[in-house]
Amino acid sequence: MTLDTRPAPMGVDERRDGAGATMRLVTVSPMLDGPERAVNGDAPGLRFAPEEVVFELDRLSCYYGDVRVVRDVSLQVPSRAITAIIGPSGSGKSTLLRSLNRMNDLVDGARITGAIRYHGVDLYADGVDPVEVRRRIGMVFQKPNPFPKSIYDNVAFGPRVAGFRGDMDELVERSLRRAALWDEVKDKLRTPGTALSGGQQQRLCIARAIAVEPDVILMDEPCSALDPIATLRIEELMRELAESYTIVIVTHNMQQAARASDSTAFLTMGEDRAGYLVEMAPTKDLFTRPANRLTEDYITGRFG
Amino acid sequence: MAARDQAQRTRELVAGRLRSGGTDWRGVAIEGLLLLSLLASLAVLVVLLADTVVKALPVLADRPLEFLGSPLSARPERAGIVQAVIGSVTVTLVVVVIALPLGIGAAVYLEEYARDTRWARLIRTNIRNLAGVPAIVYGLLGLAVFSTALGLGSTALVGGLTLATLVLPIVVITTMEALSAVPVAIREAAYGVGATRWETIRSHVLPYAAPGILTGTILSLARAFGETAPLLMVGAIAGTFSFVGAPWDQLVAGYTTLPTIVFHWAGYPQADYRALGAAAIVVLLGVILLANATAIVLRNRYDRRW
Repeated sequence: MTLDTRPAPMGVDERRDGAGATMRLVTVSPMLDGPERAVNGDAPGLRFAPEEVVFELDRLSCYYGDVRVVRDVSLQVPSRAITAIIGPSGSGKSTLLRSLNRMNDLVDGARITGAIRYHGVDLYADGVDPVEVRRRIGMVFQKPNPFPKSIYDNVAFGPRVAGFRGDMDELVERSLRRAALWDEVKDKLRTPGTALSGGQQQRLCIARAIAVEPDVILMDEPCSALDPIATLRIEELMRELAESYTIVIVTHNMQQAARASDSTAFLTMGEDRAGYLVEMAPTKDLFTRPANRLTEDYITGRFG
Repeated sequence: MAARDQAQRTRELVAGRLRSGGTDWRGVAIEGLLLLSLLASLAVLVVLLADTVVKALPVLADRPLEFLGSPLSARPERAGIVQAVIGSVTVTLVVVVIALPLGIGAAVYLEEYARDTRWARLIRTNIRNLAGVPAIVYGLLGLAVFSTALGLGSTALVGGLTLATLVLPIVVITTMEALSAVPVAIREAAYGVGATRWETIRSHVLPYAAPGILTGTILSLARAFGETAPLLMVGAIAGTFSFVGAPWDQLVAGYTTLPTIVFHWAGYPQADYRALGAAAIVVLLGVILLANATAIVLRNRYDRRW
């Protein structure tokens, strides 16, 4: 392990130490061993065994009206791992992410061409219900956006609309525990979620996302509004969640991608102002020996 | 030594530049003018209120309860406003029942369901225009549609329907503004855990927008309560009559309202009627100020900062 996944989180969270993270990264890594790196041609993406692929993007282009913001992206997202999408502003990272759970359906004029296959099923095929898609593919947003309701109701809303009939108290506790927030809020579940600190709010949003037992969690720059300590806590949490969930994270922060992800896709903006995929590789490869000059320029700070 | 001289010179130079150029007379004049315009508008209001209250004093001081509880009369010393109060309440209730569900429903559709097309924008713009149409035009509409075409005659129901069409655009606009104040991030949060559009609206958007909707609604009801001209068009009785009915009777019979009575009494030359009119204005203003105060309190207490 050449990558330092968590630089000195001393005193941040004493229940977990650096060794644990290294162990986890080792356990996650086998599926990344021996990928073909397609650096030439029109589809620079990692190849995974079919059963490990959650998303397969096939020449995905995204448009707002007539403006193309993502161009011909083909890549695969592996199961139970963290896939980071990095790139400069305007490279279409968020748009790409939001097309994965059809969140962009809510934007007037947003549409795609190409295909997004989720476990082999075309997400944009006729008869696919975006509500069902979003229930399985949850989302955590850039700015923490808890409902102005109690902590309890924030977590319970998703299960309620999904028709959950079991023990709600137990589900809320379990979700908050998995989001590493339970100990801080267990005595004030009735207070508004908006009264928490920024980092706590974001963990509440993660608890809310996992309460509906999704398959995938999409994270759109989840730490950009947080301080460094809160950021590290979220990253630790992501590593834990990656044991049960597939995580796709968009981040501006290259250190974050390097620390927390298993594979990384680098997008940049072309001359037509549409974002395209430059390369995708296991994170340690992409950051230590990038195959493309553009990637190298970006990660060494000569671009952007 | 040289350095100290240099510092001294700099200090004198800076002091010279920073010195005040005397009083800024232009600034003072502008401030004075602005204050004057504020005082002028306030003065008009104060004079108006004081004049009305003084004129109303003979009635309100001598027989306040009798004034509120008696029917109209040809004898000023016995005249009261009970029919007008009942009529105004009836008309306002009709407005509540018709304009609120329609207006809020239309606003939810436009804000949450309608795509942002050319047609939707055209409709939005024209709802704003409708809110600016003179009230008398709504009176003509009520007369042509509700009184004549639908054959509902000169009843409080027609008055209420007419005022409902008058305040409908206002209800739509204020509700749309309250809905659009709920951040997109909140909607996305609800959609993100698998809520449908209606679940998102019912559980989040409408509850968070409710204080704003309520405030706008109260203000539009106050507007309906004080409206006169359209009711004169659709047959509110601007005269004396003896019939006193419960609100539900008024729905299908002759009716009058507070502002109509004020208009009626203002037409008499006798000083007694001027006092009656002033007293009715005080009651009318009291109700409207109370409604506006309620709206302001609600807004301040429940309005959310996002």
